[in-house]
Amino acid sequence: MGSDDGAPGLAGLPERYGDGAGRQARGTAAIEVKHLTKHFGGRTAFADVSFSVARGEVFGFLGPNGAGKTTTVRTLGTLIAPTSGSATIAGIPLTPENGVEIRRRVSIMPESPGLYLRLSVAENLQCFADLYQAPDPKDRIERALRAVHLADRAHDACGTLSKGLRQRVALARALLSDPEVLFLDEPTSGLDPVAARDVHELIDALRRSGVTIFLTTHRLEEAERLCDRVAILNTTLRTTGRPDELRDRLFAKTLTVRTLAPLPEPGRVFAGLPAVDSWHPDGPAGYVLAVSDPAAAAPAVTRALVAADADVLSISESHHSLEDVYLELIDQDQKASQQ
Amino acid sequence: MNVSKRRVRAIFRKELREYRRNGAIVATMAILPLIFLIQPLIEVFALPASASGALSHEDPLLYLLAIPALVPAIVAGYSVVGERQQGTLEPVLTTPVRREEFLLGKALAALVPSLAVSYAVYAFFLACVELFAHPGVASALVRGPDLLAQLLFTPLLAGWSIWVGIGISARSSEVRVAQQLGLLASLPSVAVTTLIALNVIHATLGLALGGAAALLLLNRLGWRITSAMFDRERLITGAR
Repeated sequence: MGSDDGAPGLAGLPERYGDGAGRQARGTAAIEVKHLTKHFGGRTAFADVSFSVARGEVFGFLGPNGAGKTTTVRTLGTLIAPTSGSATIAGIPLTPENGVEIRRRVSIMPESPGLYLRLSVAENLQCFADLYQAPDPKDRIERALRAVHLADRAHDACGTLSKGLRQRVALARALLSDPEVLFLDEPTSGLDPVAARDVHELIDALRRSGVTIFLTTHRLEEAERLCDRVAILNTTLRTTGRPDELRDRLFAKTLTVRTLAPLPEPGRVFAGLPAVDSWHPDGPAGYVLAVSDPAAAAPAVTRALVAADADVLSISESHHSLEDVYLELIDQDQKASQQ
Repeated sequence: MNVSKRRVRAIFRKELREYRRNGAIVATMAILPLIFLIQPLIEVFALPASASGALSHEDPLLYLLAIPALVPAIVAGYSVVGERQQGTLEPVLTTPVRREEFLLGKALAALVPSLAVSYAVYAFFLACVELFAHPGVASALVRGPDLLAQLLFTPLLAGWSIWVGIGISARSSEVRVAQQLGLLASLPSVAVTTLIALNVIHATLGLALGGAAALLLLNRLGWRITSAMFDRERLITGAR
């Protein structure tokens, strides 16, 4: 969703976000959740969830289907009342009396665009600009449409638009209110890669302009690319942190060594190295070394291998993706539930 | 509680635009009044001048009050559950709109076309009677008090029907069921106006004033009760 003026995705964003006004407020919490729980009768949607999202942060909310992600968004958006616990959104306590005030300051883009298909794009946005009581609605609508690169489709009926374009209209609708906190529930669900990339660019632009974004997604590479921090929910909150932090927390740092031929005495080569905590073979001529500092360990390992007269093919640091973290945690949950 | 006129107007305008572009709604709003118009017109045209004496003691045109009682029930039955089914309700409920504003917008959007249709049908009926019925029959049928009753009771009956319809729509999970229940709930008011039209219940000024006051109160109560029944969580999650 590149902009018309060459600054990708930035054209049309609300002016208050245009010069870093949001960034000044970074650091204070835009969302503060403490022990939030929601039951539907005997079923638990989510339980004892606590986290905090700083202003201007892009916070990823990950989890399998039925983990409670959408219910959490709906709860924080005041559509659903929590069973217990507390939360503060945009500085306002989450109570039934504060519903209107919270909804004034946040915007939610649900997974399904939910557009009035018989109405034009502009008519859809006009309705929502009025519901938000946006000042100068015409200008807001034009800016929101420019931001999602749809200015030329303003008078098309929404029913004639493709799924990707409808998603963009829904995103424009979410931008109309100039929100302090933007909840995006699976914003790229069902989009083709090009349309998904456009949405990513817009999220990037919003982040740069200081909007706090709460992003639920199934796409782990999307979360890894866009989010400052992520939380993994599986009814209860499994973990929260920066993607690299989570990797470090869950997986030991390792170096993988490949040699042309198996080492005659690998124990003698690796066991004596102070930088190597432990090692195990990985295939006929491969070795995985647990290290605390891969950058410091790699030269020492290289020297030891050369001294042992080994033909080294590669020494590489093992990389774990957010997907590995996610799958590891979900696997742990499945094993725990089977026991 | 402050009701924002701008939010009410936003819902109202959006609804009217949708109705205008939805052939099914336009057809439903047109067909019912036609059914109520054709048969009485044929009967009136066939009446001889001698019937005017009997007609002057009856109020057969009050039969047309069934139109404002029935027409909005269809639209009102669709109003909430229809949005829910097409997935447009959740985005609206995420905005700062209050439930009272949302419901008022919906109700006005059902009321305005219903009034337009009802008054237009009534005016058309009167014009046909004046032009084509026997002059004696026409003067017996077209009377000031009846005209006044029609003007007064049309919005009141439509309003009641709308609040019942929206209330049912807010608690239903299917459009068709909501519309059918809304129509059923409108039948008592149709029955009362028909009984008056057939002179089973004798129309008096006291009855008219009492009826109008009761309907006014019911309309106010209808708004309050429907607002109380409007549960965001239930509508979003489908929980019972």
